[in-house]
Amino acid sequence: MKRYVIIGNGVAAAGCIEGVRSLDPRGEITVISGEAHPVYSRPLISYLIEGKTDVGRMKYRPDGFYEKNNCRVLYGRLAVSVDAAAHTVTTDDNAVIEYDRLCVAAGSRPFVPPFEGLDTVKNKYTFMTLDDALELDAALTENSRVLIVGAGLIGLKCAEGVKKRVKSVTVCDLADRVLSSILDADCAAVQKHLEENGLNFLLSDSAVGFDGNKAFMKSGKTVDFDILVLAVGVRANVGLVKNAGGEVNRGIIVGNGMAATLDGVYAAGDCAEGYDASVGSKRVIAILPNAYMQGYTAGINMAGGHASFDNAVPMNSIGFFGLHIMTAGAYDGEMLDEGADGVIRRFFVKDGLLKGFILVGGTERAGIYTSLIRERTPLDTIDFDLTKKAASNLIFSQDIRRKKFGGVV
Amino acid sequence: MKRVYVNEEWCLGCHLCEYNCAYANSGVKDMVAALKDKKIFPRIHVEGEDRITFAVSCRHCTDPICVKSCIAGAISKKDGVVRIDKSKCVGCLTCVLVCPYGALAPGEDGVMQKCELCLDNACGAPACVTGCPNRAIVYEERGAAE
Repeated sequence: MKRYVIIGNGVAAAGCIEGVRSLDPRGEITVISGEAHPVYSRPLISYLIEGKTDVGRMKYRPDGFYEKNNCRVLYGRLAVSVDAAAHTVTTDDNAVIEYDRLCVAAGSRPFVPPFEGLDTVKNKYTFMTLDDALELDAALTENSRVLIVGAGLIGLKCAEGVKKRVKSVTVCDLADRVLSSILDADCAAVQKHLEENGLNFLLSDSAVGFDGNKAFMKSGKTVDFDILVLAVGVRANVGLVKNAGGEVNRGIIVGNGMAATLDGVYAAGDCAEGYDASVGSKRVIAILPNAYMQGYTAGINMAGGHASFDNAVPMNSIGFFGLHIMTAGAYDGEMLDEGADGVIRRFFVKDGLLKGFILVGGTERAGIYTSLIRERTPLDTIDFDLTKKAASNLIFSQDIRRKKFGGVV
Repeated sequence: MKRVYVNEEWCLGCHLCEYNCAYANSGVKDMVAALKDKKIFPRIHVEGEDRITFAVSCRHCTDPICVKSCIAGAISKKDGVVRIDKSKCVGCLTCVLVCPYGALAPGEDGVMQKCELCLDNACGAPACVTGCPNRAIVYEERGAAE
């Protein structure tokens, strides 16, 4: 009987479990879960703060998931080392667990820069895990002045989540714009929308030091706050594989089958650096769908199957105060700007392929665009012009539509 | 597994499927009370222009990317049907971002809804098919492997 060990208990681990079990109903699966919770949906923590979901509904899988899949879960345990030659994992209680196949799904951790005086701040939080969210939740009051360092996806979802529950929310970032990881320079409308909904911004500026409830900004300004949220960025947890001699860059280097460079070791999710089909090279794509699909792919291959995940692309669907933003791929090549009336529609085309897009408002049927990127559909085989104003299946030939909707093989 | 299939050349572009879908899923007995003067949010939509029209609804894919992508774990596939647990959905629209058919759209409240083949409502079989005047939408077995 094969022994599988999974380090981590997030969505990549859930995918791995389901991948393994799709082929091997009997092998022994051990999950090393640093968090004391069954797998839950991390991107929902801002909705939890906002009151739009609760801990029960945040469960990623129904109760009984581990029992049904016959997994042993070690809650509250951390893996401290991997011995790639001996095929063992050692945990923080000095247990040595043997594996035939190991999946490292250890995720990432918040990056906290060494701010001067940070130790003088009493109410400081990061915003990544359920426990982070529950701690922040308990600290919020209607009189709280919240300062969030970082205007990326995490910082802004946090800002939206806390907004109605507190006195004020200020978000600062060294970048000159919000969401600089997914939006290009010309998306001021998004910031305006956030400001109209009550968020304050200090951009091209960031905190350099703290003293109690006061932040000192790079610009010389000071900001008084009651609650500080640090959402500067994240770092992939590569240490276990690096120390075991595996190849790492920003993430753990994996092939399309999610195998790392160590025998019997796989990696998946936010800690893995796999192939990004939109840029044609390896990148960490730290999004939930990717975590699941990488985990599932790893699981199949760990169980002896043959799965390849070769069409991963970065993509995000995210809403703020009712405004939906969808982005995917790389902003590389010729830009086609089709926006109008407050709606942003930008497409990026290179070598006859759709490489990326940015949609703000007007996101209907955007999956048609995403599939063009993922499947690398040559634009000269479809009528792409038809779809620039609104996504439509009319771009495909009737023959292709017969296959898509008529069940014609 | 029976599926909803589209015979594009027979579609009249009448949009009746959209109304029948909205009615079937309204839970209201009287069609007029369910639909009159209301903006409808059907789970099937007619695309096209002029002479080419066709209905698009969930394909209940063999390997559904919406299930793998849902950030809330709200979408699952059971007995060949892709279903959504609306109580878990937070309306992030990631499923809209990934569905290659453009088949998904949120309901009136911003929460996702989707075609579940009318298996759980009073119809018991797809209302879009039953009401299609030209058999442009059919519910049948076409041999595609599940």
